[in-house]
Amino acid sequence: MAIYIVRRLIAGFFVVLGASFIVYILVANAGDPLTSSYGITDPVARAQRISSLTASLNLDVNPVFRYFLWLKGVAGCFVGQCDFGYSITTNQPVTGDLAGRILITLKLVLAATILAVMIGIAIGIITALRQYSGFDYTITFFTFLFFSLPLFFVAVLLKEFVAIQFNDFITKGAHIPWWFIWTAALVVGLTVYSLTRGQLNRRLLFGGGAAVLVGGILYYMSVTQWLLDPGLGPIVIAILGLGIAIGITELTAGVRNKKALRTALTTAAVGLVLWYPLQFVFYQGMTIWILLGLLGLAIAVGIGIGYLWGGDDPGVSARTGAITALLMSAVIFLDRTMQAWGPYTANEAIRGRPIKTIGDSQAGLDGDFWIQTVDVFTHLLLPTLALILISLASYTRYTRASMLEVLNQDYIRTARAKGLTERTVVMRHAFRNAMIPLATIVAFDIGGLLGGAVITETVFQWDAMGRLFQSGLVNNDPNPVMAFFLVVAIVAVLFNILADLLYAALDPRIRVGSL
Amino acid sequence: MTAPGAPDLQHVAGGTAVPEPPDVPNRADETSFEQKETVGLSQAQIVRRRFFRHRGAMISLIVLIFVLLLSVTSIGIGPIKGWWQWTPYDRPVPQNPRGEPTLSLPFFGGTGFAIGDHPMGQDETGRDLFAAIMRGVQNTMVVIIILALLSTTLGVVIGAVSGYFGGWWDAALMRFTDTIIIIPVILIAAVAGYAIGASGVLPVAIVLGLFLWTGLARLVRAEFLALREREFVDAARVAGASSRRIIFKHILPNSVGVVVVNTTLLMGAGILIEVGLSFLGFGIRPPDISLGSLISQYTGALTTRPWLFIWPGVFIIIIVLCIQFIGDGLRDAFDPRQKRIPKQKDLKEAVSSPSEATP
Repeated sequence: MAIYIVRRLIAGFFVVLGASFIVYILVANAGDPLTSSYGITDPVARAQRISSLTASLNLDVNPVFRYFLWLKGVAGCFVGQCDFGYSITTNQPVTGDLAGRILITLKLVLAATILAVMIGIAIGIITALRQYSGFDYTITFFTFLFFSLPLFFVAVLLKEFVAIQFNDFITKGAHIPWWFIWTAALVVGLTVYSLTRGQLNRRLLFGGGAAVLVGGILYYMSVTQWLLDPGLGPIVIAILGLGIAIGITELTAGVRNKKALRTALTTAAVGLVLWYPLQFVFYQGMTIWILLGLLGLAIAVGIGIGYLWGGDDPGVSARTGAITALLMSAVIFLDRTMQAWGPYTANEAIRGRPIKTIGDSQAGLDGDFWIQTVDVFTHLLLPTLALILISLASYTRYTRASMLEVLNQDYIRTARAKGLTERTVVMRHAFRNAMIPLATIVAFDIGGLLGGAVITETVFQWDAMGRLFQSGLVNNDPNPVMAFFLVVAIVAVLFNILADLLYAALDPRIRVGSL
Repeated sequence: MTAPGAPDLQHVAGGTAVPEPPDVPNRADETSFEQKETVGLSQAQIVRRRFFRHRGAMISLIVLIFVLLLSVTSIGIGPIKGWWQWTPYDRPVPQNPRGEPTLSLPFFGGTGFAIGDHPMGQDETGRDLFAAIMRGVQNTMVVIIILALLSTTLGVVIGAVSGYFGGWWDAALMRFTDTIIIIPVILIAAVAGYAIGASGVLPVAIVLGLFLWTGLARLVRAEFLALREREFVDAARVAGASSRRIIFKHILPNSVGVVVVNTTLLMGAGILIEVGLSFLGFGIRPPDISLGSLISQYTGALTTRPWLFIWPGVFIIIIVLCIQFIGDGLRDAFDPRQKRIPKQKDLKEAVSSPSEATP
């Protein structure tokens, strides 16, 4: 195993080395860095600029040898002295803001990827379980449709029809129009109707109930102008907590499992009780680290409650408790973030138009941790939406295909034949095995994330990794392009290896040496 | 397969269908659905039948052919003139203020149905957008056909050699594939645009084709790794077949499904990649017209002249969507594992009338 990993790492190292040489030669031929200097009218200044650029970029050296000069600077990373060379557009070393740019790109793509994976897997499983149903066909059509959209086309449409229209809607008093309420209720009702199994009466009841519920909530939001100053409050949190507890128990253990159900309900109750004292904690000196610490604590408490209830299988209860705690924390976090929405919208840097179409943060915004959090969300909303819509298709299709293949296996038939509940068959026998090929795809995709955001960053004007690459190419600035390439290539190669290892670890039939 | 137990079953259960008591002989089980459909058909016939039954794929195929015919006949190819009165290079005087579309549909804000001289509108120089889009469709098709030919050839040859011979060949070719994968396509397009001064249709198509074969190569290699261990390959080798013959006559026909499906999907992805390249300024550039160059040229026009942005987008979506559905239909047709899970209702029907069981 160790030998295999080392061999792969060495091979990966040489792949990056070889590719970087090719790319360096390509970049050297992609444009003349002196192009902008030729435009300087003053001959003395022009000569100075040309000679200084020639010296700093080693332009008098043949590209093949220049590559090794560049490599020498990069090799300094091993001793802690990275030198990616100068950028001629900013006249700064490229290394300076590289880490910051990577973080911004990660912020952009990570949330979108995680959400797309989760939503895609959920939809994929449901469509596999309801193969060739109306729901399956509808979802297939829409995911294909979203996949066919060019990213910047979606982005431009979202800017126009989501951001600007929503901001107008907020400015006009946040009264939800009737057509929206009716459409939303109808869509939800039809979805629930087509997903419910059983007699027509039962399906109509569930579908109609869901439609009335959604319509009612939207009407309430419209009348109270809830979107101007949203918040959940203890009553809604209690209802949500109950729903989460029962839903999670149903998925992980089944509501028949009394210990698990009690664990989930206790965890939800603890979350509800802690909601009020937490408001004071949230009020002063919040940082992202305290928040993450609280989240970890919550999950630990959930696990603890699971073990306290114990039972025949305390592991199941602990898992139920942990997931419930995670979701309750998310609800409480959401509630607190919503409370900051009103002050954020009223902030003088925002001027009542909260959804942002460009950039990654609002300049000149002063506010506490929660206002900054809302600011991150309002900037992330459109790019995340665009990325999710486009990448949803592949995850949904992969999950569906993988799930269908597993559901056709003999051991699923055996599991059904020996009388296991449908929940156990789907969640424990089918789902886990269907996820094995998907894990490698996700690992592979994450490897390509940093490099995949060039168009997104350009259209939403985020100044991060993709911009470094794109503006470097446009301005004939070789060093930023090389820095982008090197980071992206290393991450891609590492995650590629990880994907193979993950596959071998998850599926014992795969022998790692034979890959 | 007949089920003589069926009448007894209904009798025993008092008229209501109780599914599958343990002692019913010859019961119509799940496999019989699959078998009945394919009895006496060759592999190619089965695949063709399954493809033609895929409704989405068939509709998409018809729509795609219609769009192609429309683009070819309306403005013609090369020197041959089509039936449309404008070409993408005419600059007629704008008919409506700001070149608004003359297409009028009832229920969409129009007073009645009318096509007019410029159904999709004109741009700020007066160019007829319909003619431009049709030229864009033609060029985009040229791009994806060249892309498909190049990348399929490269991918199949590299994957086949790598998977069949293994060992040193495999290691070298796969490391080469890894190297190509991590080189950004945008960079290649930029270099092609600068160094050769090439921003036309052919250079972009060739660049894309030369660099997008990697996924196919890996899949073909995986297929070959599995297939080369099979008995029919041993049989061919014992009979004295050369490696080339085994690769192209024995193994490749068995992996044609993977190749066809992935080439189709690659063509769809290729359009989107070309659009992305155009948007970043490294793809096909004017005077050559592609759907990508049109839509990126008019990105800023959404608020002032929305039709310039929307119509090319609609055509991109139609073409890519059709290709996606065709690819999906091909995958279902070629993949024997994509079985349909019989519904409880079908099983009951099969038990009561096995000869007319329809899946």
